[in-house]
Amino acid sequence: MKMNKHLDAIYNGIVRENPTFVLMLGMCPTLAVSTTAINGAGMGISTTVVLILSNMLIAALRKIIPDGVRMPAYIVVVATFVTLVDFIMEAYTGALYDALGIYIPLIVVNCIILGRAEAYASKNTVSMSACDGLGMGIGFTVALVVIGLIREFLGAGTVFGIQVYEASSVFEPIAIITRAPGAFLVLAMLAALQNKFKMKSATNGLNGTEEKGCASDCESCGGGCQ
Amino acid sequence: MLDMEIALLPAVLFAAYQFGMDAIKVMIASVLASVLTEWIYEVCLKKKARIANGTAVVTGLLLGLTLPAGVNLYVPIVGGIFATLVVVLLYGGYGQHFMVPALVSRCFLLISFSSQMTTYTVDGISSATPLAVLQQGGTPDLMDMLIGTTNGCIGEVSAIAILIGLAYLLIRRAAKWITPLVYVIVFVGYLGLFGGHGFDMNYIGAQVLGGGFLFAVAFFASDLVINPKTALGQVIYGVLLGLLTGLYRTLGTTTESVSYAVICCNLLIPLIDKFLPGKEKEAA
Repeated sequence: MKMNKHLDAIYNGIVRENPTFVLMLGMCPTLAVSTTAINGAGMGISTTVVLILSNMLIAALRKIIPDGVRMPAYIVVVATFVTLVDFIMEAYTGALYDALGIYIPLIVVNCIILGRAEAYASKNTVSMSACDGLGMGIGFTVALVVIGLIREFLGAGTVFGIQVYEASSVFEPIAIITRAPGAFLVLAMLAALQNKFKMKSATNGLNGTEEKGCASDCESCGGGCQ
Repeated sequence: MLDMEIALLPAVLFAAYQFGMDAIKVMIASVLASVLTEWIYEVCLKKKARIANGTAVVTGLLLGLTLPAGVNLYVPIVGGIFATLVVVLLYGGYGQHFMVPALVSRCFLLISFSSQMTTYTVDGISSATPLAVLQQGGTPDLMDMLIGTTNGCIGEVSAIAILIGLAYLLIRRAAKWITPLVYVIVFVGYLGLFGGHGFDMNYIGAQVLGGGFLFAVAFFASDLVINPKTALGQVIYGVLLGLLTGLYRTLGTTTESVSYAVICCNLLIPLIDKFLPGKEKEAA
């Protein structure tokens, strides 16, 4: 596969090391805010912005940050960008901001961001790290939107907030899908399908897995995601 | 598995008498959904079709018997698909599943369609179940509950029909006997000590005969697969079941919660098997 290395980094984040379905990172926001496709998209896009910016800054500072204090340094960087995103969303996207609630400040502790900072941005150039952040962000967003779509279609009968079918004597939305157990069910089903059809990914044992992201060294991750 | 179907027959027949066509339709829908799901899954994955051994029929039947008669038909269909596909087939098929499929599915439906799942009707008229009467301080008639001319889920109303089924299973040695016995003793003991009514025959009798308790004792606690392997393990499992059911019954907000108690305890079985000596006598 002759691909531009930047494009390859983006592709890697979306498919091969999709943070949600392959690396299983950032599960908390995935499960909590994927109740509707719009919430999922909002969460995904705000995380993407933070991920790109923090990856770039950390990559730029990678030779300056002392190894012993790298985690606190990363957190300060990430928290700065999350605060920015938080204020911008509060100002311009009020409804979405209310819907996502505490999960926007919690982007600080999202393991995708710390995981990529540790596994990628601290070892690669600024432009490559930006592409990695973009790819990972798109992968996360796509995953959240897909999960959100399925959950709101089955659980509330809507697609992107538009009512598709309503409760009747023929069928009624399955309410449990919009609750927490539904999030686990839908996520597990999608991950299983991804495995079943053997999409090329880091965990499906195909070649080109020289870079395993956070999945390979949980000891040194510090993200606490397990 | 033919034994299981025969054992369920009294409950099914009585339900048909008590609830009429509604109950028959619900049971047929859930059985068909379970069997078709298994068949389609096995055809799609090119596995050897195993529907002939009838386990899917039993799952569907057990599920149908734990639903109220007045539900819309999509409820047993969704439930049958969920029980077979998610709880059994995705975990590797019958024999590999670790929770009672019918009960997991019942809880799934209870959360999803809560208003339908808690409206009990006989011939189109809804009335309180014996347990609801008991919770509001009334005294339900024990004789009615024994025979089954009360209200509730399709299969749980008649204590006699359930006990005939259990007796048949025990005679055919198609049921474990330690767990159900311990379950009943602990449950009655718990209610006597902490139920707030002492060992009052009316209160304890109504708790035992009412709701899904006897049904769970006869068909879920006695399950041959979903049970600890050692005798001591089965005693522990029975104690846990009795305590949890008692706790949920006396302190819980819902009137009926046997199903939650059973699936919670199902999750502990692998743990019980792991920490007790003398295990691995038989293959899993």
